[in-house]
Order: sequence, then C-alpha cells, then structure tokens
Amino acid sequence: MWRYMGRKLLVYALTFAVAVTINWMIPRFMPGDPVRSMLNRGSISDPGALERMTAYYEEVFGLDAPLHEQYLNFWSGLLRGDLGISVMLYPEPVVDVILRAVPYTLALLIPAIVLSWIVGNRFGAFAARSKVLDNSILPIGYVLTATPYMWLALLMAWSLGIVAGIFPTAGGHSYALTPGMNAEFLASLVTHWFLPFLSMFVVALGGWAIGMRNMIIYELEADYATYLRTLGAPRKLVRRYAYRNALLPQITGLAVQLGTIITGALLTEIVFNYPGLGTLVLDSLNNRDFFLLQGVFLFVVIGVLVANFVIDLVYVFIDPRTRVQMTGASS
Amino acid sequence: MSLRVNGLKVHYRTLRGDVQALDGVTFSLGDGEIMGLVGESGCGKSTLGKSLIRLDHRMHHIAGSIELNGRDVPIGDDAAMVPLRYHEISLIPQYAMSALNPTRRIGRMIDELLRSRGVRPADRADELRRRLELVGLGTDVLRRFPIELSGGMKQRVVMVVSTLLDPSLLIADEVTSALDVSTQRSVAESLVEFRDRGHVGSMVFVTHDVALVHQFADTIMVMYAGHVAEKGPAADVVSDPRHPYTQMLLSALPEAGEDTGERLRGIPGTPPGLLDPPTGCRFRDRCPMAFDKCAERPPLVETAPGHWSACWKTEGH
Ligand SMILES: Nc1ncnc2c1ncn2[C@@H]1O[C@H](COP(=O)(O)OP(=O)(O)OP(=O)(O)O)[C@@H](O)[C@H]1O
Ligand code: SF4
Ligand SMILES: [Mg+2]
Repeated sequence: MWRYMGRKLLVYALTFAVAVTINWMIPRFMPGDPVRSMLNRGSISDPGALERMTAYYEEVFGLDAPLHEQYLNFWSGLLRGDLGISVMLYPEPVVDVILRAVPYTLALLIPAIVLSWIVGNRFGAFAARSKVLDNSILPIGYVLTATPYMWLALLMAWSLGIVAGIFPTAGGHSYALTPGMNAEFLASLVTHWFLPFLSMFVVALGGWAIGMRNMIIYELEADYATYLRTLGAPRKLVRRYAYRNALLPQITGLAVQLGTIITGALLTEIVFNYPGLGTLVLDSLNNRDFFLLQGVFLFVVIGVLVANFVIDLVYVFIDPRTRVQMTGASS
Repeated sequence: MSLRVNGLKVHYRTLRGDVQALDGVTFSLGDGEIMGLVGESGCGKSTLGKSLIRLDHRMHHIAGSIELNGRDVPIGDDAAMVPLRYHEISLIPQYAMSALNPTRRIGRMIDELLRSRGVRPADRADELRRRLELVGLGTDVLRRFPIELSGGMKQRVVMVVSTLLDPSLLIADEVTSALDVSTQRSVAESLVEFRDRGHVGSMVFVTHDVALVHQFADTIMVMYAGHVAEKGPAADVVSDPRHPYTQMLLSALPEAGEDTGERLRGIPGTPPGLLDPPTGCRFRDRCPMAFDKCAERPPLVETAPGHWSACWKTEGH
C-alpha cells in the first residue's frame, strides 16, 4: 500500500519537476530580449519606475549568470514561494496576484466538476433504463459534449444575461460594492458566479451521462449480471451492482478529463471576464507579463496533479482490484 | 420422473434469421439422475441448459413443454419463471470464472443474493460453511474478493452458491472444462456427493469429456445440431452406441489404456449451420450409413429400456 503510494508520489514529483523546467525555459529561450519586450508592452509611463523594473528583471532573470545557476535560483525562489514580481501590476508579487484569483477559479471548478459528474452519472444510469429516455437523453448528451465551452458560454451570456437580463455577464461581483461579508455583496458574488458555473456544468454533464449510460449497459451484459438474473435476483440488485461497477471507469474518466475541464474553465472565465486564473492568463499574455504567466501555469499544474492524486486515492478505496494489486506488489 | 422435456424448440432471433439451436428436443430425467450431455461445440448444449432456467433476450421459445416434478415450467414467461429459479432449478454457468461480482466480497454477495430471493442468510449460514468445506474451501473465501481466488476456487464457490437452496434440478455447464485433470475429478466428485446428500435432485452435466462423464454420470445424452441423437445409460451408450454419430464420436476418442501415439481421427466434415438447417436427419452429410430415407427426420425411439436413438438404421425401425 505504502509502496504503491510512494511510487505514485514519485511519478507526480517527476511530472512536477518537468513542468517547472519547461516553465523556466519558455521565456529564456524565446527569441528577442524578453525583459525589454515585456517592459515595452507593459504600459509604464513613469521613466523612473521603468528603470527600476528593468534593473530588477535583469537581475532576477540573471541573464549573465550561467544557465544552471539561473535554473537553481529559479527553484530556490519557487520553494520559498517567490515567483517574482508582476509587470502588469508592478510591484505586486505574482503569488499575491494569483492567490487573489484562485478562489474564484476553484469556486467555479469544484462545484461544476463534482455536480456535473454526480448528476451526469445519475442521468446516464436512468437513461439506460428505458428506450424513451435513452432516445431523448442520448442525443442531447452528444450535442452537449460536442459543444465547445466558449460557444456555450457565449450563448448563455447572450440569452440569460443580455436578452433575458437575469444574470450579470461580466466580473466576479458588482464593482459598485466594496467586498465584505454582507448579504448584498454575497448575493452579487452568487449572481456573477452563476452563468460561468452553469455553462461549465452543462457542457460536462452530457459527457458523463453518455459515459455512464454506455458503461451501465455494458455492465448489465456482464457475466455476473447474467448469473444473478439466472438465479432470479430482482432487477434492483443487478442494477445496484452494475451502477457501482460502472462508476469505477467514470472515476478514471474524471482523472483523464481533468485537464480538458480546467482548460474549459479558463476559457469560460475569459468569456465572462470572471476574475479567476483564466482571465489572468489572458491579461498577462496581453501585457507580456511572463512572470505572472509562469506563475499561473505552475498553479494549474499543481492543481491538476493534486486532483489526480486525490482521484487515485479515492479509487484505491472503492475498487478492491487495485487494492489486491497493491498488496500483491508489496508482499 | 422429475424432469420431462417434450419437443422443445428454442431459436435465437438474429438479424439474418432464426438460429434453430434447439429443434424438437425430447428427453426425461429420473429423480437423482445425473445425465451427461455431450456433443460437438455449437450443437446446442448450453442453449438447452439455459432453456431450462432462463431464456436471454435473443432466445425465443417456439414450441414444446417442460415439466418438473409434475408441474409445468413456463419457460416462455419470464416473470412466472422467477419463483422457480434458484429455488427449484439452478445453473452453474459455463462462464463460472466471471460469474461473481468483482467488486463485492463473496460472503456479502451471497448474503445479498439470498436476501433478494427471500431467504434469510443466517438460515443458510451453517449449510454454506459445511458445503464450502465439502468442496475443499475454507470459510475465509467469504471475506475475499473474486480476484483473490484461483480459477478452480471460483468454480467451486459458484458451485456452492448455485446449489445453496437445494434445487431439484441443477444444470452444470462445462464446470470442468477450464480445470486441470485432478481438479476436474474433484469437482465432478463433489457434484456426485451433492447429489448423494440430497443437496440437488437431478442434474444435467454438460461436457465435451466423454471419458469423464462415463465414469460418474448415470446416463448420457448425445446431441447433434440441435437434435437429440441418442440417450441411454452411460455404460450402454459407451459400450454399445446405437447412433452412427455416437459411434463416430466414441471412436474418435483414444481408447482407455491404449497409447498408440496416433492423432485423434475426428469426424470428417462439419455440422450444418443452424440458421437454415437441412431437413431430415441433420447428420446426413457426414453419415457413412446415410440412405434415401434419411431425407426424412428420424424419430427418437426406445431401442432398449431407457435407451433412445434417432436414426433410421437403428433397429426398431
Ligand atoms: N446469442 C446467440 N445468437 C445467435 N446464435 C447463437 C447465440 N448463442 C448461440 N448461438 C448458436 O446456437 C447454437 C448452439 O449454441 P450453444 O452455445 O448452445 O452451443 P454449445 O453446444 O453449448 O457449444 P459449446 O460446446 O461450444 O459451449 C450454435 O450454433 C450457436 O452458433
Ligand atoms: S438417420 Fe440416416 S443419416 Fe441419420 S444417422 Fe441414421 S443413417 Fe445416418
Ligand atoms: Mg456451451
């Protein structure tokens, strides 16, 4: 068990190291002088500030130090939680900028992933039950999964936001309000959150429903299900087993899909100008803020790795077959 | 007579037409009789086994009747069959290795199955333990997942599960095929033991292994392409086969004790397809004794007490 976990952790650590290295390489091996182009694009009017920034960035990039030293410096900064200073929001540290955006992204992602997975699986299992439901849920599901996040998000912003005028279509909260723990501000947070959440939820829903429907039909044809029916076991028992066994590949599917879902979330944020990491990516690109971009990229990688690890853990606890393999491997 | 099957016809409905997998099968089983059911692959052995307990959604009951202990078995009516399943008629499936839910501990699965059939698990717990011991398994298998057992262990677990409610008819479909020779023997012996102790009434034992079935079955039934070719006491069928197909099937086997190193001769030709089978005797194409009359289907006639054969050349015609 521990050996299995240790091996998994090692793989995750290696993945992380590779991601960090690529991250470090990108601005350094890009053609041109990254500092200059970055500062030129960043709209800085005060010449004194520009000078200070140039000095700062040349130093952090340490462009005259040998490459391996630059690389080690990058890691030691990283481990101290120092990702540099943002150009766009100079002199705010990148970490602070990111930490401000992370709660928004998580508030979208976690409910959208968890709820679409649960509801999608229920729907799919339900669809496998009857022809009529199957014939209606399945095509809807296919249309939904085939819908690009961006497009659905735009459609929702347009229909529910602009035409119906029920929900605001931009921002994380109303700018007229000062953040605080009052009912008005919280309500504003929720109404701004709703549309981006809904569009992500709806796109993901279809995929899970189709996956579940196909898996459960497969499970109902499996030998153990046939055996139970042969011995006269009622539908209820057979379905219960099939549902549980069909959930296992859906959990794997969640791990596999995580990257796509997170990309979808970033795009959705951009459409709704929602102040999470996605919008931050767009802004930092527009302002050539490589430090910020690097930082966001690292956070996303960490998020994907952590989520995958959690799914691995969950899987071990619900599928006896992985448990058996693990004891087999460690004994 | 505990089981009577009369003119049973069951077809598989497919896109290309009906596969006539059972085409008028008639036989009966006495109380406690163990009948070995043999025949080439695809002749309809599993189909007959399934037809006695549960038709899958592709199978259709076309004609014929089944009677168990004097009561009709309404095989075409899925709902009416439910009370009979497991309690009266049970099956050890050909796929026993994968018959257990992989994500449930075996003991828990058995409890859930029993409860769903209206039986209190506690009432059968002692019996379950005793029978596991009878087939050489400890009760610790109940706490394990199927993946933690070997193939032979799973086979025996399924055997115990299938017979736990003391059915009057048990169909054992190729329970020994995937096992090594010594395990085959012990599984077969356990089944006889189950019958002797009254855990099961009569039994249909499907196999390819004529030698094995000769040793412990009471009777042997030979099927060919959806028809019954011959049925009779095991010793008689082996020593004095009446049907040309049985004769060729037996001569294709190596003689006991004889080790010539010669390869099995086999029977030339292949059985007819069952999608659109020929009329008359289905063995006609391969039968060295075929003659004009064989264009007509030979009836199953009793040539000696309890010995039946369906061939125009068998005496009695
Ligand atoms: N689901 C199905 N759909 C169509 N035809 C089928 C189906 N299952 C079986 N058959 C056909 O029915 C015939 C009898 O099959 P069955 O499985 O009863 O053979 P068997 O005697 O048990 O063979 P084996 O020794 O290989 O297990 C075969 O010709 C087979 O092709
Ligand atoms: S009926 Fe004719 S074809 Fe059929 S087995 Fe007898 S002799 Fe051969
Ligand atoms: Mg078979």
